[in-house]
Amino acid sequence: MRQITLSQAVNEAIAEEMRRDPTIFLIGEDVAEAGTPFKVTAGLVEEFGTERVIDTPISEPGFMGMAVGAAMTGSRPIVDLMFGDFLFLIMDQLCNQAAKAHYMSGGKLNVPLVLRTNLGATRRSAAQHSQSLHALVAHIPGLKVALPSSAYEAKGLLKTAIRDNNPVVIIEDKLMYQDKASVPEEEYLIPFGKANIVREGRDVTLVATSSMRQVCEKAADLLSEDGISAEIIDPRTIVPLDETTILSSVKKTSRAIVVDEGHQSYGVAAEIASIISEKAFYHLDAPVIRMGAMDVPVPFSPVLEDLTVPTPELVAQNARKIVFGEMIHGL
Amino acid sequence: MRPKKSNIEDYLRMYRQMVKIRAFEDNANKLYLDAKMPGLTHMYSGEEAVAVGICEALLVTDKITSTHRGHGHCVAKGADFKQMFCELLGKEEGYCRGKGGSMHIADQSNGNLGANAIVGGSMGIATGSALRAKLLKSDDVTVCFFGDGATAQGLLYEVMNMAALWKLPVIYACENNGYSEYTTTEEIVAGKITARAEAFGIKAYQVDGQDVLAVNALAQKLVQRARKGEGPFFIELMTYRYHGHHVGDINRAYYRTKEEELEWKENRDPIKIMGQWLASEGIASESELKVISDTIYIEANEAVEYALAAAYPDVSEVKMHVYAKAS
Repeated sequence: MRQITLSQAVNEAIAEEMRRDPTIFLIGEDVAEAGTPFKVTAGLVEEFGTERVIDTPISEPGFMGMAVGAAMTGSRPIVDLMFGDFLFLIMDQLCNQAAKAHYMSGGKLNVPLVLRTNLGATRRSAAQHSQSLHALVAHIPGLKVALPSSAYEAKGLLKTAIRDNNPVVIIEDKLMYQDKASVPEEEYLIPFGKANIVREGRDVTLVATSSMRQVCEKAADLLSEDGISAEIIDPRTIVPLDETTILSSVKKTSRAIVVDEGHQSYGVAAEIASIISEKAFYHLDAPVIRMGAMDVPVPFSPVLEDLTVPTPELVAQNARKIVFGEMIHGL
Repeated sequence: MRPKKSNIEDYLRMYRQMVKIRAFEDNANKLYLDAKMPGLTHMYSGEEAVAVGICEALLVTDKITSTHRGHGHCVAKGADFKQMFCELLGKEEGYCRGKGGSMHIADQSNGNLGANAIVGGSMGIATGSALRAKLLKSDDVTVCFFGDGATAQGLLYEVMNMAALWKLPVIYACENNGYSEYTTTEEIVAGKITARAEAFGIKAYQVDGQDVLAVNALAQKLVQRARKGEGPFFIELMTYRYHGHHVGDINRAYYRTKEEELEWKENRDPIKIMGQWLASEGIASESELKVISDTIYIEANEAVEYALAAAYPDVSEVKMHVYAKAS
């Protein structure tokens, strides 16, 4: 099968959907001729023109709000938010307006829009261009949240997001844009709320979101050298969350580590770990471990920044502790 | 203005629509005072000529966005008393099945994209609706209602900039009622409000918001121009709110005088002004106007009684409508 980058996969998903549905348009900063700083949308303006690939001023709340109004009245906007850190700028439009309109109107208004943005540290971009803020949006009822873990996932999940009748936030890891994966030529969609069992195993479940999937795959390789068999689950969407697949895996392995790049406190890893503790407690042989980004603003210096994110070595180290019974209370 | 025979129905309709808003608000206020309405509400009384003058220039396919002080826009755009009162009381038959309440009534069938409880929160929505009209080649116009207080929100300047750059069919209607909650407008506005729109190259007008004919004449002209792609436009409508910021804002002496309120109610009331004009032009006598008014108040009373007796939503509805279904 052909190999394409995550960036190309996203570009293909947008182009295919825009060809299919004339009500879709793309809006954001430098999405047209510049194709965004990551070149993800390069070439789209040549095919669809500036009417459907719309460059905006640097006015995130403004164009986010306009996407909400356009979506309410018959368009299906795809909003490009250049960095996930800018979510803080658009919170009112996303969380007070888009997320609530359907409910507040008793089901009368729909807001079918996609907000594409990114997450991920270790790009040496410091504290305002490196955050992984998906927990903030996952906390708000009315929003769906997808976290693709590869080029294949990115294409299938984005196409599903575009066809959804709700506001969907899809967050790509900005360090993965050039990573290649096998992506079929023929059309496919990945349904929301259906986790992917990336690798089967018997001793410990690693629940891994976004690029933490690759971290956990490397951790699983390390663990296999010690005779530990790790199962890796990629939830794909954290809202809706496929609890069933996660819980059946944990019931089989009796141990779980949840790895997510958001800050560890009050985060997605905590939520999933809590679900496991509540619903699979009597199947557990060890405490459920959360692994997230360190609770500090992301530092610039590479020496410091690299300390803040989960690594394969750290995941493997925690897995060995709980598998070999070395787990100390409080870790 | 000399009345044209062909327009007599329009004049009477504008009068009726204004009285409908006043009747709705009088009843809503009473529901609050009688402790029959959950929560608070914000009265539109005194500003009727703004909503009616503008909405009478719109078609049912045109869109509006509204504010926390939104009952007037909702009635003016064609909403039904019963469904509105049901919504105020949290009943199942309300416009939003009781999930929105006073500050979130949306009436999609009449092009009302909803009231909004965030001051300035709907400016993006209105401008986006206009962007959609342009992209999908529809000729509908969107009116964004907001107050003088909302001119302090940055979002307005972001979206006016884009609306002007892309010539969007949107009309920004700033209802200047003199008060931003409990603070006078001059304390929160530097410079002229219209100058802010003019800075983006948007043609801006100021109009007496108590004169429904003046508001309507300007709105007719701007709506037609916006339909032809000559928008956006900005209107500052000078008006007054009779009640406090909300129904619970009873003691207002620390920010405005009783004399000032009386002056507006006695001499600048939009319904009185229009009634006097209709009588002086021989379109309707005082007694005919009274019949119109009485009929509307009876209708409002019946709607209130209906809403009071109506059912609350079933508790199973609490989890409905969080997400829209696949089409």
